[in-house]
Amino acid sequence: MRLLINKIVLGLCSLAALVGLVFLGWILTTLIIKGTEALSPYIFTNDLINNGIRNLLVGQFMLAGIATVFGIPIGIMAGIYLQEYGNGTKYAEFIRDLSDIMISAPSIVIGTFVYAIIVIPTGHTSGWAGIFALFIMMLPIVVRATDDMLSLVPTELREAGIAIGAPKYHVITHIILRAAKVGIVTGLILAFARVVGETAPLLYTSGSSVYWSHDLSETFPSITVSIYNLATMPDEKMVQLAWAAALVLTFAVLLLNLLGRFVIREKHH
Amino acid sequence: MEKIFARLSQISASLVFLVLIGTMVTLYIAAKPAIEEFGAYFMIDSRWAVDVPTESTTTNPNSTEQNETSDSPSSTASTEDMELDNGINVGDEDINIGDEDINVGGEDDINMGGDEDIAATTEVYGGAIAIVGTVFSTIIALLFAIPLAMGIAIFLSEIAGPAVAKPVGIAIELLAAIPSIIYGMWGLFYFGPFIASLLGGHSVSLLIAGLVLGVMIIPFMAALSRDAINTTPDVLKEAAYAVGATKFEVIKDIIFPYAKAGIIGSIIISLGRALGETMAVAFVIGGVFAYADSITAPTNSIPVVLANNFSESSGISLSSLFYLSLILFVVSFIIIFTAKHYFLRREKI
Repeated sequence: MRLLINKIVLGLCSLAALVGLVFLGWILTTLIIKGTEALSPYIFTNDLINNGIRNLLVGQFMLAGIATVFGIPIGIMAGIYLQEYGNGTKYAEFIRDLSDIMISAPSIVIGTFVYAIIVIPTGHTSGWAGIFALFIMMLPIVVRATDDMLSLVPTELREAGIAIGAPKYHVITHIILRAAKVGIVTGLILAFARVVGETAPLLYTSGSSVYWSHDLSETFPSITVSIYNLATMPDEKMVQLAWAAALVLTFAVLLLNLLGRFVIREKHH
Repeated sequence: MEKIFARLSQISASLVFLVLIGTMVTLYIAAKPAIEEFGAYFMIDSRWAVDVPTESTTTNPNSTEQNETSDSPSSTASTEDMELDNGINVGDEDINIGDEDINVGGEDDINMGGDEDIAATTEVYGGAIAIVGTVFSTIIALLFAIPLAMGIAIFLSEIAGPAVAKPVGIAIELLAAIPSIIYGMWGLFYFGPFIASLLGGHSVSLLIAGLVLGVMIIPFMAALSRDAINTTPDVLKEAAYAVGATKFEVIKDIIFPYAKAGIIGSIIISLGRALGETMAVAFVIGGVFAYADSITAPTNSIPVVLANNFSESSGISLSSLFYLSLILFVVSFIIIFTAKHYFLRREKI
């Protein structure tokens, strides 16, 4: 009897695993089949106005890239504070908790916040508003990654640095950050991968544009927002283009994730 | 130099705090007109822009825009409409009908006395439909995701050998990274019609929104639960096996009690994610301002209301949207805080 129950439960668990994987496999197959229908070199060399996605891809990566440029130094500095200066203090604990909560904050709420403080005063959507929204999304992820990686650096390294009379900032920048380099880089790649696929915070901050644009103070092309718009259009061609854009985006995000894993594995070997 | 560096790092850390407080304060200020106008009653009020007399136009996601242009603040129309809306209310909210009448009367009196600008915005906004839709779609998602995610987690940690568990585990983690808009598109074009052909009903509905959300949080929940299960010391498991326990008994009596906090934490974190998810739901919930009278009927959820109506709103309707956003933020803040604080205490190193 016990053995029978055991068999049944284990069977059910395996079945659940199988069902879960079937769903996830279904999504990926759909994405690949539908995405390749409209996939051609043409869409990478033309803007959305000519039924391509070049401006969208470049726009999205610019938004996420500039958000990263701001997010990295501030996030790493905050992580350094949590681990090297404030570690153990109530304030650092408090910031650490808040930062963890911010990681899971609903992204649409961040969009509404940026809308209230940037889009309403300036009167129109802009690239900078989108960048700010992505920056807010990204900051806590970078803080968490830096914090975790610095906590793995052995105390002996710090002591060795201090023992030869180096000032603390020198120890941090030249010894600790170097020791934790690989882990932090991985964290940064994953943070970038996370924000580059975001739609909700960009919906009404950057908006999306069908034209090629480099002017960040204007409405800026975004691939995720455009996928949302295109997918709900009645025109079958546009829906196909949305699938192709979705495939390209997913591929880029997964590639970045694999890259992040690869970097950290290199370290262990 | 040392001082500057230390100061800079402290400022950066405080920025996280400032952003969080800034979000709260900004949302509160932006929502203030709606908070003053509707008060806490907003949360149980099922009317959204009730100036439009017919039901069919309220179902249009763009209705708020039309409402602003057509100002017809007649109290009879809104009362009628309110009663019509209350007809499809769920049981326990019917008690409030009496209060609603009083409120509507009071607001109209004040507005008639005031200047024209205020009189033009006598539309009543309430978040109940979106709140109820959010809660139910999240519940459906959890009911669907928990058994499957737990099955995957147990399969990965206890049943499968390392040759299977490792690639499948990586695949699951990669799936957690797929942008949520992909899940939404899949739900709209494939999963929704598939479920509708099985069960009947609409291909955009509360049920489908819940299921798509469920599929979306499965990899996330499974990966977190697997990590929690893996923390069970082998010694405990081996001791149980040594006295003749079956695998199921080990899972039930050793692993679950040991990893309970972590598993509950992973469920709550996933709940928080489902609650605030926009894009996976926006495609498939329908965006209709009405309660779902059956599980296969379209309705609305807070993030979707925000996504669909934000750019074309102004004045009191925009302020109501900020109110909804504030509610969502505070609720998810509390949920995530609970999960982190009670279940997922990070070990101090």
